[in-house]
Amino acid sequence: MVYDWLKGLQDGAINPLGISGPFLLALLKVLLLIIPILTLVPGLIWWERRLLSWMQDRIGPNRTGTITFPDNFPLKALAGKKIRTFGLLQPIADGLKLFLKEDITPSHVDRKIYFIAPAIALFPAFALGGTLPWGPHTGIYGLLTPVANIEIGILYVLAISSLGAYGVVLAGYASNNKYSLMGGLRASAQLISYELGMAMAVAAVVMAAGSMKLTSLVEAQEAPLWGFVEGVQNWFIFTPYGLVAAVVFLIAMIAETNRAPFDLPEAENELIAGYHTEYSSMKFAVFFMGEYAAMFVFSGVFAVLFLGGYNMMPFQWDVLANQIPAMRGFFEFMASANYWLAPLTFIVKCAAGITFFIWLRATLPRLRYDQLMNLGWKTLLPVGVANFIVVGLWVVLTKIWGPVGGFVSLLVAMVFLAVLYLNFVSRTRAEAIGLQSRKIALVDPAPSQRRGITLVDPNKS
Amino acid sequence: MNDFGPILILMAVSGLICTVMVVGSWVLGPKKLTPYKSSPYECGVAPSGEANERFPIKFYLVAILFVLFDIEVVFLWSWLTVFQSAPLDYQIFTGLAMLVYFAFWILGDWYVLKIGALDWDEAASLAPEKYIDSSLPAFDPSTSLTPERVAVNS
Repeated sequence: MVYDWLKGLQDGAINPLGISGPFLLALLKVLLLIIPILTLVPGLIWWERRLLSWMQDRIGPNRTGTITFPDNFPLKALAGKKIRTFGLLQPIADGLKLFLKEDITPSHVDRKIYFIAPAIALFPAFALGGTLPWGPHTGIYGLLTPVANIEIGILYVLAISSLGAYGVVLAGYASNNKYSLMGGLRASAQLISYELGMAMAVAAVVMAAGSMKLTSLVEAQEAPLWGFVEGVQNWFIFTPYGLVAAVVFLIAMIAETNRAPFDLPEAENELIAGYHTEYSSMKFAVFFMGEYAAMFVFSGVFAVLFLGGYNMMPFQWDVLANQIPAMRGFFEFMASANYWLAPLTFIVKCAAGITFFIWLRATLPRLRYDQLMNLGWKTLLPVGVANFIVVGLWVVLTKIWGPVGGFVSLLVAMVFLAVLYLNFVSRTRAEAIGLQSRKIALVDPAPSQRRGITLVDPNKS
Repeated sequence: MNDFGPILILMAVSGLICTVMVVGSWVLGPKKLTPYKSSPYECGVAPSGEANERFPIKFYLVAILFVLFDIEVVFLWSWLTVFQSAPLDYQIFTGLAMLVYFAFWILGDWYVLKIGALDWDEAASLAPEKYIDSSLPAFDPSTSLTPERVAVNS
């Protein structure tokens, strides 16, 4: 019945509200995307604080929202009892408090840009999900997701995600504060450096799938594994090129969302708070909301690109049902469960991605700036390009030698490149012992002339 | 309504949410501005000097290199999308052409790394007179960097 109503909307049927059908359907799609993000972000903040606490042997927020009923409470069943919410209301309480705090606009800021910058930082986090399919493309989910099934789906994601740099840079510039400016500059250099690695990782996957549409990318992952293993889905993370692309994309994704260990733009021990030093009240929180929403949506993009999107398990249930007729009933049940639980599966995959983000934050120390730039330009970009060329060769060889021959040559190429790369890296590492390898040594005057710590001027000695 | 219509609605709705978030606290919060509150935050002491300081040229260089490399990636997109479904002779021909293209790409990347355009360590950021001269004794932290010497200097 719901299906018929939605189908009617799509076909332009008259509805009681008197709005055009496709418009109403589009609005419904948008709300189905944005409302989960808005409601899950507080839960996500709670989960981050809680998980981080457990990892650091603390307890974390667990009290807010506990209701204690007095002993003389009229309802006998509730008298003297407690209702706990495990601190889930903490982020909501924090958000409300921030809304009611004074919004200080320092006297020296560039007012217009200062006001617009947080909005620009938050905007891409919501707009990013525009092409993200959180359910299958057939039946009722096909009418509800994605918001727009456009041909350039993945380019849209890349384009919108790079808008986030503007918010950060403008905030840093408009604040007219030394720390903000440095934070904004660092952020701009970091975001554009990692965008290249991310684009190359995505390019490899798009080339293997032969389409930029996100729904087609998921469909390509429902094909047989490596082109010849029937019954198992070809999730890109199981393929050699996809695994490399997934690692590159994951690292670039963490850098793009300014998360630890790549949170140099807001390195609090060097830059106070980086680009949001001068922001207060809800404008300050908007930056964090943007960060968390971007984490959520980027986890979704990762799931769509590499983890088979909304598919629960990497099995082709219909193929298995034909191969093993004895278990047909079970496989058909699993196929329908896979269909109906698709949104849940997608959210679980997002949650797993977010948990990974938090785990990294608890585990890794922050990078130094030159390490960050070296990782982006000297490791991720060359690895991404090599991977892309290998995918191109694989596509051609598969057409010549069939899937098995193509896969074997792909493995050989991957192993060859890995050996080459590891030898190269180990050689350069052996040569590079700290600063000396770059012909740098901090020098000191001769001990007799030395008075305190000064850097020497060789021209004078 | 074509394919991109819903995207416009999505952008309008997210723009609305962003506006509400930013304007909301401005409307709801109290306003008691004092000179101390409205001064720039520099670790709690009185701010000094200009905020818009000079910054390393490296940031500009990275931006230029990004534009160059990103345009090279942009040229790839249209080709790599049709590559999978194209006939074999087209694949081989354009594949070889793209390998030549990538050879130039790798050459450019190698040149950029060779001249140290992306080195962010001391060699690239310190003034030349501040790093090595092999005729001088190397810096030995065990003898040079003691608190005692800091005290003498001050």
